[in-house]
Amino acid sequence: MIRFDNVSKTYPKQNRPALDNVSLEIEKGEFVFLVGSSGSGKSTFLRLCLREERPSTGAVHVLGKDLGKLSNWKVPHMRRQLGTVFQDFRLLPNKTVAQNVAFALEVIGKPKSAIAKVVPEVLELVGLGGKEDRMPGELSGGEQQRVAIARAFVNRPMLLIADEPTGNLDPQNSVGIMKLLDRINRTGTTVLMATHDQAIVDQMRKRVIELDKGLLVRDQARGVYGYQH
Amino acid sequence: MRAQFVLSEIGVGLRRNLTMTIAVVVSVALSLALAGSSLLVRDQVNSMKGYWYDKVEVSIYFCTKADARNSPQCDKGSATDQQVQDIKDQLDKMTSVVQTSTYESSADAYKHWKEMNPDNPLIPVLGPDAMPQSWRVKLNDPTKYDVIQSAFAGKPGVKSVEDQRKILQNLFGLLNGLQTAAFVIMVLMLFVALLLIVNTVRVSAYSRRRETGIMRLVGASNFYVQMPFIAEAAFSALLGAAMASGLLIGGHFFVQNWLADRVQFIHFIGLGSVLAVIPLLIVVGMGMAGIAAFFTLRKYLKV
Repeated sequence: MIRFDNVSKTYPKQNRPALDNVSLEIEKGEFVFLVGSSGSGKSTFLRLCLREERPSTGAVHVLGKDLGKLSNWKVPHMRRQLGTVFQDFRLLPNKTVAQNVAFALEVIGKPKSAIAKVVPEVLELVGLGGKEDRMPGELSGGEQQRVAIARAFVNRPMLLIADEPTGNLDPQNSVGIMKLLDRINRTGTTVLMATHDQAIVDQMRKRVIELDKGLLVRDQARGVYGYQH
Repeated sequence: MRAQFVLSEIGVGLRRNLTMTIAVVVSVALSLALAGSSLLVRDQVNSMKGYWYDKVEVSIYFCTKADARNSPQCDKGSATDQQVQDIKDQLDKMTSVVQTSTYESSADAYKHWKEMNPDNPLIPVLGPDAMPQSWRVKLNDPTKYDVIQSAFAGKPGVKSVEDQRKILQNLFGLLNGLQTAAFVIMVLMLFVALLLIVNTVRVSAYSRRRETGIMRLVGASNFYVQMPFIAEAAFSALLGAAMASGLLIGGHFFVQNWLADRVQFIHFIGLGSVLAVIPLLIVVGMGMAGIAAFFTLRKYLKV
């Protein structure tokens, strides 16, 4: 699903590489936590997976494609096959819940009839049935993140990338979001989640990948957030 | 392609950016109106050249008795009939240049002059003798005046060879100057319009960065992301082109109804020429705006 072969990424005018010779593989259907302190290279890792950046050296394969060799005009098509969720939700404040999810389908040219069918389905799935016509501002943080997840999942992607999806949420809402991501993972979708939330990582007991100063320092099959130093 | 969706996005974008849109529309309108006028002035000059060059003649004037005193080439006094006939014979041989040549006698010249200047106080003083007799030569190609000039100037009995085209050339010079001025101002206005379009697209892209960010995230194609911005710019340019067309048509009726009554010696170009310019303005305006928007977006909306 995701494979890094000796990937390094150095940004211009920076001495230390943001990612330093990282190699790993994430299989189909896995649930993987990506942990590490700020500046450890988590964001760069995710940006490489989304082809927002290209690696300086090495190769990044996502969904069977070598992203370094993927031409620019093919990038949108590749992004349709994965879903993304962010800490700040990234919803459109002037559109309703249903319109926010529908927007993602409209802009990739899906026909109206298909949109009308799948949007209520996915909102029901994330637990927002009955809130289709609310505005994002009227919802709690946890509910807004559910809208974002619904939008990411509406195309039933093979891979869901989440960048600190619980970063802005209280513990109770965080648990709800994690249960939802776990359920999505059980449908066969690979989930890659970058997080700082120690409690969640410790509780879920999933694979943990830890980065430190751009180096891959830990890859544990059923890990916890960090060793006690 | 979801046309309705794209159209609604364009409407939202234009309204959100109303002041900038107006600035773009007005500057595009002015630059296109100037471009159009420049083209029309060129048409006007060409049509006038065609019209007038058909009518202009080269005149070969002969010496009169009075010229003997003040023109060195006429020191032998009035031209003889033989000299006039010699010139005629020579003109008749130059069939490749000369179309027709007609004779104007001193008496005819005097009559024409009196008709043209009925109030001139010199009428009783001057007699037919004061007016030179002449050959009026019509050329196949009015620009070949030099041939006649070099062939006949300085011949015995010939006082001067004059080209009526010279009078017109001042007028054409003025019109060409106007055309150049319109062109220079158009280039400047076009530059201003381009800068405004670039800035408008930039502001528009910035104010919609949330939407475009999400579009990129969910894998909307570049075309879908950029289309609303390009269409916005092209639509503003279309409004500008419509306004420019209005200005040109208005200008045409001003010329037709007001100027044509006062300046009767000019044959003005018709509405057809004006209408023929309009599609060009629309294509140039929209194309320019679309291309400017496209290149701006390449910088501000990366994949």
